[in-house]
Amino acid sequence: MSSHAASSHTSAVVGHEAAHDPNLKHHFENADQQKESASIGMWVFLLTELMFFGGLFLAYFVYRQWYPAAFISASNKTDVLIGAINTTVLICSSLTMALAVHYASLGKKQLLVFFLIATLLLGGIFLGVKGYEYHDKWVHHEIPGEHFECEGCQDAGHAQLFFSLYFGMTGLHASHMIIGFGILLVLIFQANRGDFTAKWYTPVEMFGLYWHFVDIVWIFLFPLLYLIDRVGRPLL
Amino acid sequence: MIAATVPVKEEKNYMNAEHGLKSWLLTQDHKRIALLYLLSVTVFFIVGGLFAALIRLELTTPAGDLLDSNTYNKVFTAHGVVMIFFFLIPSIPAILGNFLLPLMIGAKDLAFPRINLLSWYVYMLGGTLGVVVLATGGVDTGWTFYTPLSTTYSNGYVVLTAMAAFVAGFSSILTGLNFIVTVHRMRAPGLTWFRLPLFVWAHYATSVIMILGTPVIAVTLFMLMLERGLHIGFFDPAYGGDPVLFQHLFWFYSHPAVYIMILPSMGVISEVVSTFCSKKPFGYTFIAFSSVAIAVFGFLVWGHHLYVSSQSAYAGMVFSILTYILAIPSAIKIFNWAATMYKGQVRLTAPMLYALGFIGLFTVGGLTGLFLAAMGLDVHVTDTYFVVAHFHYVMVGGAIMGYMAGLHYWWPKITGRMYSQLWAKVACCLVFIGFNLTFFPQFVLGYLGMPRRYHVYPVEFQVLNVLSSGGAAVLGLGYLIPGVYFLWSLKYGAKAGDNPWGATTLEWQTSSPPPTANFEVTPVVTTEVYDYSNTEVPHIV
Amino acid sequence: MPDQSFQLFPEAASSIAGQVDALYAFMVLISALFSLLIAFLIIFFAIKYRHRPGIKPTFKPADDHSIGGMVLEIVWTAIPLVLSMVMFVWGVSIYFTQSRPPADSMEIYVTGKQWMWKVQHMEGAREINELHIPLNRNIKLTMTSEDVIHDFYIPAFRTKADVLPGKYTTEWFKATKTGAYHIFCAEYCGTKHSEMIGTVYVMNEADYSQWLAAGSGEGSMAEQGQSLFNQLGCGNCHASAVNNGIGRGPNLNGLYGSRVDLKDGTAVKADESYIRESVMYPQAKLVAGFDDVMPTFKGLISDEGMLKLIAYVKSMGLKQGAPNTVPPASVTTNSTAPTAGRGAARAATPVTAPTSAGNK
Repeated sequence: MSSHAASSHTSAVVGHEAAHDPNLKHHFENADQQKESASIGMWVFLLTELMFFGGLFLAYFVYRQWYPAAFISASNKTDVLIGAINTTVLICSSLTMALAVHYASLGKKQLLVFFLIATLLLGGIFLGVKGYEYHDKWVHHEIPGEHFECEGCQDAGHAQLFFSLYFGMTGLHASHMIIGFGILLVLIFQANRGDFTAKWYTPVEMFGLYWHFVDIVWIFLFPLLYLIDRVGRPLL
Repeated sequence: MIAATVPVKEEKNYMNAEHGLKSWLLTQDHKRIALLYLLSVTVFFIVGGLFAALIRLELTTPAGDLLDSNTYNKVFTAHGVVMIFFFLIPSIPAILGNFLLPLMIGAKDLAFPRINLLSWYVYMLGGTLGVVVLATGGVDTGWTFYTPLSTTYSNGYVVLTAMAAFVAGFSSILTGLNFIVTVHRMRAPGLTWFRLPLFVWAHYATSVIMILGTPVIAVTLFMLMLERGLHIGFFDPAYGGDPVLFQHLFWFYSHPAVYIMILPSMGVISEVVSTFCSKKPFGYTFIAFSSVAIAVFGFLVWGHHLYVSSQSAYAGMVFSILTYILAIPSAIKIFNWAATMYKGQVRLTAPMLYALGFIGLFTVGGLTGLFLAAMGLDVHVTDTYFVVAHFHYVMVGGAIMGYMAGLHYWWPKITGRMYSQLWAKVACCLVFIGFNLTFFPQFVLGYLGMPRRYHVYPVEFQVLNVLSSGGAAVLGLGYLIPGVYFLWSLKYGAKAGDNPWGATTLEWQTSSPPPTANFEVTPVVTTEVYDYSNTEVPHIV
Repeated sequence: MPDQSFQLFPEAASSIAGQVDALYAFMVLISALFSLLIAFLIIFFAIKYRHRPGIKPTFKPADDHSIGGMVLEIVWTAIPLVLSMVMFVWGVSIYFTQSRPPADSMEIYVTGKQWMWKVQHMEGAREINELHIPLNRNIKLTMTSEDVIHDFYIPAFRTKADVLPGKYTTEWFKATKTGAYHIFCAEYCGTKHSEMIGTVYVMNEADYSQWLAAGSGEGSMAEQGQSLFNQLGCGNCHASAVNNGIGRGPNLNGLYGSRVDLKDGTAVKADESYIRESVMYPQAKLVAGFDDVMPTFKGLISDEGMLKLIAYVKSMGLKQGAPNTVPPASVTTNSTAPTAGRGAARAATPVTAPTSAGNK
């Protein structure tokens, strides 16, 4: 059509790279562009995750401001020791994940697989402990609803809000852990199959970002839910 | 903007490259995904429109004679949920944005084609769940899901409906994410930020809102579902929870969501007005930055929905002044569009008519927003038909007019066929007349004090309601006609050619319909955007 | 019944209505000017610069970067900005008048529930879906909801406010025209939202006195509050207008409106919401110097009962330190509250004479 004739200005032609990288998707010009895209995409995704948790954090801050007494006494119902153990477990899993990414970048398949499995196990321990804590709350009728009780709580009427937030926040966090657990299984399978090389290990790296994010969320949840009123008191 | 391409030798294009249902349902081509969206969004539009028809029929008489109260409430809830979550939010970004963004920036596809396809499936999952729930039992909370009505007192499937909106939300997060990465990393060589078409700027700003706002509605609905389903209460006043906190969280998303609907439309209008005036949009940088300003300030005004909700008067003041500041970028756009026409080569084609209709209706919609931002006046008109009229002027008069303008403008590119200009103009006029007849009386009704969401109403409001219902019939007809000539054009329409309108942006430099890879060779941009100096001005009547 | 004839503009029957209408008129004018300007420009340009075949477009890359372009951009940014700031200030000033009840306001209590309005007058009269008020007096409504969020809206007065569960909101107006006007629930509240409507009757002072007298059979709100107070045994711990209590709980004389120092070192103003919270959640805000001994009364007191208790506590404010005195029937209203002529007035009472039906 005429438009082609009209657009006659000079322009260079950028073709495909001659040697085709099997991991390079057809719509990217080169591996760098592909990797940068994945990385920006992941960070943007984490931003959405931040906003996602943000709603619950906002509710937490509002109600804690309104009902400090209830929050303080209800938070004493949480088990700091178990919480601290779980925090340690999760931080260790972040370390193993970081090491997994490191060895992926070196192309050391066996170490990669090893550290991915270690991360998986630590994540599993975290979820198991969390499940135990939930069960404990269930036994003590600390689940909000009709049968809610909060023995020895000050302002028990408002303590329900604390436990609603406790379950909402840790529940959302745990669901992220479960999703992470699932993805880890796939990654372990792929790593073992030898899908990742020192040149291309983007999925491992991106998953690492996700895992650290979930870890950091917990780093905020732990003090907000367990440590409000432990200053100057025996921990146990 | 000039880019050289080698003319496509053969008739192979994205539509006939592959055949069979599977080639569509598993496609990773952004153009095919856009068509999947077009088809499904149209279905939801029809569903939402039928609910609207029921509402207007019921309101022709003051008594509740067609539907009972419970059904009426479910019908307007369904209308709101379907139109907002399943039609307006995905309409322009997921159809036109999806189709055009890569073409406009000279890319072969969006950055994450598989995520793009996933977003359609997620959308379909949410949409199907939503429609099935609304059709089988429905819910009577209104699309706003206000607590404690939704959590404790409503009858109906609150959790499932909230779940549907929740799921559909992820689709828009994925789309926004894809757009942002694509604009950052996939631009053709030489295509600097200030050479980007304004449509791309608008979609970039929209994507920012999608990724920052949508998660907040998601978590709000998550809390709502926990409270309704498991009695894990966050907003229950029985335990000291605050139902107004829900409103804050809800509007923190839902006000910016209005800009998810209107910004892409503004992007369309910038393209259409420029093309049919053969002139670079006046104040290109102002229009571009006003989109970004709207996206940013849009997040700071949610409290103007809460002037009568016991929000502090001082908080209200801050929200009020921010709302007025937010109105300025929209005003700038309108003036710049009008100035673009000055000394242009104005051609009143169907897309241009729709675009001019947009400018007129959106002006009214925007100005009446100022009424609602004025605290003292809002106390009287909030929650009345004034609000209903205002947001329909913005969403139907604005967003849908823009969507229609875009559809008419890019139809030749999408399908390679031309539709009847005459019929398109007739339809446009019907829409314009029908729309004003439907919604203008509602401003009057609102100031008279008729509350929204009223099933029965005092007799003195009947005359205006009948006018409104009559207008709705005309409006409905106006929306039906394009369905006919668009379908007709697929088989009988004249071949459109690559650049039938004399436009300059990159998507017109490839063939119509474009090949699967969009461009035979990656275009390199060497000139400024909207350079009409070498473009013929086709005379289309 | 409110006027049922076709209208294009609502009746203005309150002191604020004129102000709201004036702002509305200003904004309609500005909007009309802008809309017509834009419409004119678009149509004019579309005709004047319509495409004529054969003319080639010329590319002027720097339209908006030229001095003229810049000036235009500044002008059409500045003018709307200035106008909108006028609207902002004007709107805020009306809002501040609307949201701050004058000190001399006569108080009426409103409870919303699905789907009716229950009104309690200080003098004891009660009504459902109707509100009788005197002309030219500042009226303050203190409102709460038993279930979902409602909104008490009187279009002729140009005012509304949300009615929230577990919280008190207020709304005030001064009616300037006798007559009957709509009350609408303006916040969607479920199935019969559109039937949660009522009528406000603006009466002149004499008619109002008559009407009020007819319905005060159960005694004033404060009196009713007092009997509830006794029934619940509040006086066992709290010093009040009629006893000294035993000092286990804070003294309630002169409490309302005062500053209360709390155990945690903060202070709070004793308003309606504070009193309500102290009864429902006694531990939420412990008063300095007192132990955590009060049980919760949640579930034992209805929202209307709570309003009576509040009215009683408020009434103690005026009789500070004077035990053994029954509070006056109407504390915050002036002396026009009638005590005589009940029998005669009953015949003239509107059909909606208060009944105890409002209780259930």
